[in-house]
Amino acid sequence: MTAGAPDAGHEHAERQPGSGGPWSRGSSSGGPWSGGRPGSGGPGQAEPRPRVRFGVEDLVVAYHGRTAVAGVTLEVAPGEVAGIVGGDGAGKTTVLRALAGAVRPASGTVRRPPARRIGYVSAGPGVYRDLTVDENLAFAGAAYGLRGSALAERAGRLLDRTGLAGARDRLGGQLSGGMRQKLALAMAMLHEPRLLVLDEPTTGVDPVSRAELWRLVAHAAATGAAVVVATSYLDEAERTGSMLVLDQGRPLVAGTPEAVVAGIPGAVLDAPARPDRGTAWRRGARWRVWSPDGSTVPGASPVAPDLEDAVIVAALAARERAARDKEMAA
Amino acid sequence: MTLVRVTEVTHRFGSLTAVDRVSLAVEPGEVVGLLGANGAGKTTLIRCILGLLRPTSGEVRLFGRAPSRETRARLGYVPQGLGLYDDLTVAENLAFSARAFGVAPAGRDRATAPPGPADTDLDRDVAAVAGELVGDLPLGLRRRVAFAAALAHRPDLLVLDEPTSGVDPLGRTHLWDTIRAAAEAGAGALVTTHYMSEAEQCDRLVVLAGGRVAAQGTMAAIMGDASTVRVATPRWEDAFVALEEAGLPVALVGRSLRVPGTDRERVAGALRASGVQAGLDLVPATFEETFVALAAGAAA
Repeated sequence: MTAGAPDAGHEHAERQPGSGGPWSRGSSSGGPWSGGRPGSGGPGQAEPRPRVRFGVEDLVVAYHGRTAVAGVTLEVAPGEVAGIVGGDGAGKTTVLRALAGAVRPASGTVRRPPARRIGYVSAGPGVYRDLTVDENLAFAGAAYGLRGSALAERAGRLLDRTGLAGARDRLGGQLSGGMRQKLALAMAMLHEPRLLVLDEPTTGVDPVSRAELWRLVAHAAATGAAVVVATSYLDEAERTGSMLVLDQGRPLVAGTPEAVVAGIPGAVLDAPARPDRGTAWRRGARWRVWSPDGSTVPGASPVAPDLEDAVIVAALAARERAARDKEMAA
Repeated sequence: MTLVRVTEVTHRFGSLTAVDRVSLAVEPGEVVGLLGANGAGKTTLIRCILGLLRPTSGEVRLFGRAPSRETRARLGYVPQGLGLYDDLTVAENLAFSARAFGVAPAGRDRATAPPGPADTDLDRDVAAVAGELVGDLPLGLRRRVAFAAALAHRPDLLVLDEPTSGVDPLGRTHLWDTIRAAAEAGAGALVTTHYMSEAEQCDRLVVLAGGRVAAQGTMAAIMGDASTVRVATPRWEDAFVALEEAGLPVALVGRSLRVPGTDRERVAGALRASGVQAGLDLVPATFEETFVALAAGAAA
C-alpha cells in the first residue's frame, strides 16, 4: 500500500435520493452570509492543484425520523484542515459520522475514500483502558491489516512523535487525558489515512498537550491527509484553513476564519456599559454591540471584530430571522 | 473585605509538592481566572480554598476566617461535572440544593435584594424548563441550571470550574452574563480553566505551573511584549516539516505557520537548511502561546 498516494479510482461518492445535483465546487454554502465555503481556499494559497476533495454536500441525516442535521456542505482536500464548530448538540458528530460512512444520510452526497483509508477518532476516551499503549496500537494496526515490521516501524515513529515512546507498557486507563488523546490520534493515523476525522480531539486536554495534538494534526495534513476536526472552541477553529459553524443541526456560517470575520453584516461596537438599544453581549467587563446596518450607537465605538464576535453575530442573526419567519407564519 | 486570601500556601502529598507557596486574593466584584496545565496544582489549590483539604503550610482565609461550614454556606460552587442529578427535574434539583444550603445566609436577603437583569433572564429561562429532567436538557441549559442552583443562596463567592466548556459561543455569553451580573452585585468569582476564551473574560489571571504562581495580573500584562515568528509561504507543508524536524514548536494557523518562543534567525536557519522559501515576520504572541511557554518553562 502506497501511503498517501492518490487512488482516485476507489472514491466513494454516494448520492441519496433527494440530493441536489452533482457535486460541484461552485455551489453556495447555505450560510447566512456568503463568506466563502469550507475548502474554498484563502489568501496566500498557492495556485490550485488538481486534487480529490472529500466532504458532504446538502447533507441531511435523520435519526428515527427526526432530522439531526440538514443542508450541510463541507469540503476538504488533501493537505487541508477543515473545522466543524459548534456547541454540544449542534450536530458535529452526526456530520463526522456521515462523512466517515458510519451513518447513512437521508439525502445528500458524501464523498470519502474507502473505509480502510479513513482514520476516525470518536469523542470520548477512544483507547482501550485495559490494554497497554503498545497493545492499543497493535489492535488498531490489526484492524487495518498492519502487522510485523510495517506495524513496528509505523508505530515506532508515531510513538516518538507523540512523546509516548516512554509509556509503551502503560495501560490506556493510566494515561493522562492529553496522552490518551495522543494515543487515540496515533491509532487513527497508524495506517496513513487519506481522510482523518477527529471528533473533539482536545476536549479535557490542557493547552500544552493541545498544542502537541494540533501539531500532530498539522503534520498529518502536511504529509497529505485531508483532516476534518470538530471543536467547540473558536481559538481552535482559528487554526483551520476553513470552517463550518453548526447551530442546532443547521449551517450558520462557513468559510476561512478570515472570511467569516470579514463577512459580518453591519458593524461590531465596543461599549463600557449595556447600551439602550442594539443587540449587546458581554465581553469581559465590557460590552459588544452589533449594529446590523453599520450605524453608530450612542456610547459605543467600532472595534475590529474577531471570530468569536462573528459567530455570535451569526447566531443572533439566525435567531432574529427565525423569529421573523415565525411571525410571518402566524 | 477580601473574599479569598491565600497566603504562602503549600500542599504536599507525600513527597509530591502539588501547591508550592502560592498566594492570591479575590476581591468583591472581581472575576479572577486560575489557569494551569494538568498537574499544575489548580485542583489541589481549589480544594484548599473550599476547605476540603488542609494546607501543609500557609493560610487560607475565606471572608476573613478559616474555611468552615459557615464559610461554605456563603460559597457557590459549580464543578465541571455540574453536580446535578440527571434523573431529577430542574425544580427538584433546585429544591434539593436549596435545602442543602438551608436559609439564606445573614446579610444577603434574597427577597429584598434587587435582582439584576441577568438574574431575571436566568430565573426565567430556568423556570421555563422547571418540569423537565436535567438529563434531557442540552448542555448549555444544564450549565445554566447549575448556575441557578449555585446562585440561589446569593453566595458572596462563586467558584467555577470551566464554566462554559462545550457550550456554543452565544450560549457562553449567557453564562458570562450571569457571572458578570453576580460580580456587579458584589460577589467575587474564581474561575478555573485552561481555555483561552474563558481566560479572556476574567479581570485578572493567576497562572499556575508546577505548583507555583508563574504569572499574575491582567492578560495584557502577562502577555507583555512576547512575540512569535510568523511564516508565510505558498508551500506551508514543506516549511512545517522543516521546522518540525528542526525541533521548533511550529503551529499551523490557517495556511500560515507560527513559531512561538524562538527568534527569527533560528526559524530562518531551519528553513534555509531545507531550501524552503518563506517570508518571516515578528508578530505579537497570543495568550495561549504565552501560557504554553510559561507552563513549559516550569516543566523544564
